[in-house]
Amino acid sequence: MEGAPRIRPAGDRALLMEFGTEINPEINLRVQEFSRMTHAHKIPGIGEMIPSYCSILVYYDPFLLSFAETSAWAGQFLSSEPLLNQISAPVKEVPVLYGGEYGPDLSFVARHNQTSEEEVIRLHTGQDYLVYVVGFSPGFAAMGIVPPEIQAPRLSSPRTKVPAGSVGIGGLQTGIYAVESPGGWQLIGRTPLKLFDLQKNPPSFFQAGDYARFYPIDEKEYRRIQESG
Amino acid sequence: MIEVIKPGLFTTIQDLGRWGYQSYGVGIAGALDPFALSAANLLVGNPEGAAGLEITIQGPALKFHRETALAISGADLNPRLDGQSIPNWTCVLAPSASTLSFKARKGGVRAYLAVSGGIDVPPVMESRSTYLLGKFGGFAGRAIKAQDLLPVGDPPANYLKGVGRSFPEGFLPPYRKNPTVRVVLGPFDEFFCSEGIRAFLSTPYTITAQSDRMGYRLQGVPITRQKKEELITCGLANGTIQVPPNGQPILLLVDRQTIAGYPVIATLIHADLPLVAQSAPGDELRFSAVSPDEGREAYIRLWSNLTKYKQSAFSLR
Repeated sequence: MEGAPRIRPAGDRALLMEFGTEINPEINLRVQEFSRMTHAHKIPGIGEMIPSYCSILVYYDPFLLSFAETSAWAGQFLSSEPLLNQISAPVKEVPVLYGGEYGPDLSFVARHNQTSEEEVIRLHTGQDYLVYVVGFSPGFAAMGIVPPEIQAPRLSSPRTKVPAGSVGIGGLQTGIYAVESPGGWQLIGRTPLKLFDLQKNPPSFFQAGDYARFYPIDEKEYRRIQESG
Repeated sequence: MIEVIKPGLFTTIQDLGRWGYQSYGVGIAGALDPFALSAANLLVGNPEGAAGLEITIQGPALKFHRETALAISGADLNPRLDGQSIPNWTCVLAPSASTLSFKARKGGVRAYLAVSGGIDVPPVMESRSTYLLGKFGGFAGRAIKAQDLLPVGDPPANYLKGVGRSFPEGFLPPYRKNPTVRVVLGPFDEFFCSEGIRAFLSTPYTITAQSDRMGYRLQGVPITRQKKEELITCGLANGTIQVPPNGQPILLLVDRQTIAGYPVIATLIHADLPLVAQSAPGDELRFSAVSPDEGREAYIRLWSNLTKYKQSAFSLR
């Protein structure tokens, strides 16, 4: 793990802690650990944090803390023992209507991997995925790692509008677009769940560190869940 | 109530931003020049983070349905109250049924209108800022349109006392055309070769037409890389300067996405955000490197001016 862990300034009000330089569950769990511990302790002067795959951006209040003070505090965590699997994170179930107009790229993903659409669905629903990061757009949950048999490259030209609830595959990741936005992942299905809700706190259904488990539904079930809101 | 007669080119409701939700993918939005909005609010007796209007290049026409103390700050867009020219950075009394309009732009890009009581749209996630990507906050999540009626909060009890008062010029950021702005190098400056960093710190970069509240795309000497590896997506601070493969830097601002994966050569210091917010496409930016401590001192010095103003205004009452 070259050059990591390390702490670098990100301007005059934030620093970036890098725990590693690859997408890997152990490194991501370390990011989650740090994020949870900091939330739990409410340290004066430490502001919001943006956890990602293998790093976390930490804002601090320049009226209270300097870069040196903040990085010394953050550095203490880096030398602590990882808890790894001692954190229990929820597994959240996600019903998905695969293929057809809801998943226009399912056939491409199957063809690309020289397999059938049914096999893509079977493999996609066959394991739990760690949510590495929530971001890009409101509530977008990026998770992994997708079995090699159903991985697929991103679109060469992103769609300008991807409907809310779309489930995609981008390289070795899978994820869900929580709101309508542009996007370049291969769309294999759609969930009727509302994954970003302004009326809820937190507004996002998924948080980094959660696990997701997909299961297939038919159009009738899709409508029923959508209507029950 | 404020009635929108004409919306102007691009006018949105903003406060100091929606902080605390970036880990859910929700951007901060908020005033691009937070100092100017804060100063205008203090002039009309509001808390500095009250919601006002961010007015871009070409101003709206607005009718006040009741007597209002107002202040305009930031860009000079030649404001007029019932046709009479009024000064920027000054608290002015707008009588009931008067109309605020703007003529041609004289300097700067974004003007801020604060009104006594603040624009009182319902807060979403603790902020009234318009978040265009998420289509929420502000007025129905969008720029204002003709015939919108903008709700205004109850004015503070002493709102008339500030009328005629100006924000001291010595307290303002050093607004100027083609500014040199300060950056802290990193977090990924090691991705670039020394000639690339030298070009970034010694030659001007022009703000292109593809520039908005999400970010400014800049054009200049390409910044060359030495490390070809892909960077893994990470969180973005306000003022992040990322460099895509074409070597032309992008300065990311308040409507940026929360995470991205191009290497970040440097991050603008917050004290110089106002200078960037008031620079237009076609203007040039030059970058000079400072330490995080120098950035911190500059931030504390500038934002302390708001506190100093509050204290002096209070002692006059």
